[in-house]
Amino acid sequence: MTTVKFQLEPLTCPTCIKKIETGLSRIDGIEEAKVMFNSSKVKATFNEEQVSADDIKETIEKLGYAVL
Amino acid sequence: MFIRWINKAKKQITFLSGASLILALIIHYFGPYELRQAILVFATVLAGIPIFIKAYQAVRMRVFSIELLVTIAVIGALFIGEFVESAVVTFLFLFGDYLETRTLEKTRRSLKDLVDMAPQEATVIRNGETETIPVENVVAGDRIIIRSGGKVPVDGKVVSGQAFLNEAAVTGESVPVSKRNDDQVFSGTIVDNGYIEMIAERVGDDTTFAKIIELVEEAQESKSKTQKFLDRFANIYTPAVVVLSILVYLITRDLHIAITFLVVACPGALVIGAPVSSVAGIGNGARNGVLVKGGEMMDNLSKVDTLVFDKTGTLTKGKPEVTDIKTFGNYDEVTLLQLVAEAETISEHHLGQTIVKEAQARNLELTREPESSEVIKGGGIKATVGDYGLAIGNRKLMNAEGIHIPEEVAIYQINQEKAGNTAIFVSIDGAIAGIFSIADQIREDAKAALAEMRRNGVKKIIMLTGDNKHAAELVSNELGIDVFYAELLPEDKVKYVKKLKESGHVVAMAGDGINDAPAIATADIGLAMGEGGTDISMETADVVLMADKLSQYSHAYSLSKATIRNMKQNTFLAVGVVFLLLIGVLAGVINLASGMFIHEASVLAVILNAMRLIRFNKKNQEVKESLKAKLV
Repeated sequence: MTTVKFQLEPLTCPTCIKKIETGLSRIDGIEEAKVMFNSSKVKATFNEEQVSADDIKETIEKLGYAVL
Repeated sequence: MFIRWINKAKKQITFLSGASLILALIIHYFGPYELRQAILVFATVLAGIPIFIKAYQAVRMRVFSIELLVTIAVIGALFIGEFVESAVVTFLFLFGDYLETRTLEKTRRSLKDLVDMAPQEATVIRNGETETIPVENVVAGDRIIIRSGGKVPVDGKVVSGQAFLNEAAVTGESVPVSKRNDDQVFSGTIVDNGYIEMIAERVGDDTTFAKIIELVEEAQESKSKTQKFLDRFANIYTPAVVVLSILVYLITRDLHIAITFLVVACPGALVIGAPVSSVAGIGNGARNGVLVKGGEMMDNLSKVDTLVFDKTGTLTKGKPEVTDIKTFGNYDEVTLLQLVAEAETISEHHLGQTIVKEAQARNLELTREPESSEVIKGGGIKATVGDYGLAIGNRKLMNAEGIHIPEEVAIYQINQEKAGNTAIFVSIDGAIAGIFSIADQIREDAKAALAEMRRNGVKKIIMLTGDNKHAAELVSNELGIDVFYAELLPEDKVKYVKKLKESGHVVAMAGDGINDAPAIATADIGLAMGEGGTDISMETADVVLMADKLSQYSHAYSLSKATIRNMKQNTFLAVGVVFLLLIGVLAGVINLASGMFIHEASVLAVILNAMRLIRFNKKNQEVKESLKAKLV
C-alpha cells in the first residue's frame, strides 16, 4: 500500500469532493481516496501492483481538475 | 488543450457573460427584441461552455455532478425559449464559483500564510566550502549558516554565534528570543538580528514546522459532530431531492419546475457551512500559536466548564531555581551540592535537573557516576555516589526509608515550603544531611488568562500537583484557584479527572510533558504546553499551546466558542435557505434564475460569516487595548 497526495487547483464547489472521491474509488486497486477540500489536496491510498500514481493523476485530470 | 484554455479563461468568460447580460438589459428598453434574444443566447452559450465541459468530463467517468444538472436545466430553458433564465443561470453559476474561490482563498489563507513561512534554501558549509542549496537537500549533520534576516531551514542546535530569533512560525509569538550555543532552533523561524551557525538535526518532514503544517492540515479536514451530521444529512438529502423532483414532475407534468427544483435544492451552503467555520477557526488558532487538532476538539473545548491545571510548568514557568541549601550535619554546602548533583544526573525530574544545573553554574565538576541508582516515582531518588548512600526526595521517601527527621529540620522544611519553595530532604547514609529549597515562578499571564476564562464561562478551576501542599497553596491563592490537590502521583491525577467527568463536568486538562500525559488523555480535552514542540505533547494532546502561554489557552477557549457559534449560524442559515427555496419553487414564486441567485448568495453568506473568525483575535485585542486606554 502506498499513499500519495496531489495538490489540485483551489477547489470551490463542495460537490467536487463527491465527484472526485467516487471517480477514484471506482478504480481497481484504490483502497481509499479522500479529498481534502480545504487544502485542495487529494490523498489516495492504493496498491501499486494494480494501479500507479500516474493513473490516479490522470483520472483526476480526466474528471476536470488540474493537478499542480 | 481547448479545455485547459477554457479553464484559464474562466474569469474572463464570467465577466464577458455578465457584461452581455447588462447589454441585453439595456437593449431590452432601447433596442430591437431580436438583438436582445441573440445576445442572451450568446451569453448562455459562452458561460455554458465551461459548465458543459465539466459535466461532460464527469459523465464520461460515470460520476454525477451538479454541472450536469445545470446543463440539463439550461438546455431545457433554451428549448422552451426562456433565454433570460438560461443566460442568468449560467452566469450566476460561474460568478458564484468565482466569488467562492476568492472568499474561500481568504479563509484558507491562514494555512497558506503558514505554509509560505516554510524556508526554501539553506546556506551550508560542506568540505570547508559555503554553498546555498535547496532546503530539501539538507541532511542531518550539515553545518548551516544563518545571517540576519535569514530563515532557519531545519531543526537543530546552535553551535556558534548569537542572535535574536522571531519564532512566530512555531509559537505564534513574535517577540524575538535570544539564542546562543546549545540552544534549539526551529525550521521556519527568522533571525531578527545576529548571526548563528547550527548543526541540522531534524530535516524534511520531521521538523517541528512541517509537523505543525501537517497537523493543521489534518485538523482542518477532520470533522466535527455537526459536520458529520450534515454529511449524513446530505447523503439522505441528495437522493431524496432527486426522488422528490421526479414526484414533482409526475404530479405537475412540468419538466421546468422539476428541473428547477433539482438545481435549486443542491445543498451547497449546507455542505460548506460547517467546515468553512472550522477551517477559519483552526487557522486563526494556528496563527496565534494554538494548535486545535480538529473540528471535534473545537466543539469539545467550547463546552468545557471545568479547567484542571498541572502546577509546575503549566501555571508556573517550570524553570525552577535553587533558592537555598541548608546543611544539617557534617557536610558543607559545596560538598553536599556536588554529591546530590552527581546523584541527580540520572534523574529526568525537573527538580533533579535544577540541582544539576545549579552545580554546573557553580563550576562544580560532576565526575562520579552514581551506582545502584533508583528513581522512586512520586518520591525522589536513591543512589550511591562514591562511598555515600544517598536518598533525596520528599517526606514520603524519608519515611519509606525509615530516616528520622529531627524536629528542627521538620520546622525549617515547613517554613521553606510556606514561603513557596519545594523543600527536598537529602539524607546521607541514613541521616538527614540537608535541605534544598527550590522555587518556581508563576507565569506572568496566568492570573489574567484564568480570570478571562472565568468571564467566558469557566465555572471551576482546579489544580493538581505532585508538589507539596504549601507550594500548591501559595500558587492557588495567588491565582484564585477554587480547589487544589497536592502531592499527587500521575495516576492520582487521572483519578481526579475521571471523578470530575463522572460528576458531569466537561473537563479540560492542561499539563506539560510526560507525567501529565495520562491525565491529558483522560480529560474531555487535553492541552499540552508545546515547549517549542516536543513530540509527545504534540501527539497526545487535543490542543497544543506552542508558546507555552496561558493567554493562548484563553484565546483558544473563546475562539472555540466563537467558532461553534459561527458553525451553528451557518448551519441554520443553510438549512433555512434550502427549505425556503424548495417551498418557493413548489409555490411557483421562485424560478431557476432567482433560485440560483439565492442559492449562490447563501453559499457566499456562510463563507463571509466564517471569515469573521479570521480576525477574531484582533478584535479581542482592540477591546483590551481600549480598556487599557480607559484605565490610563
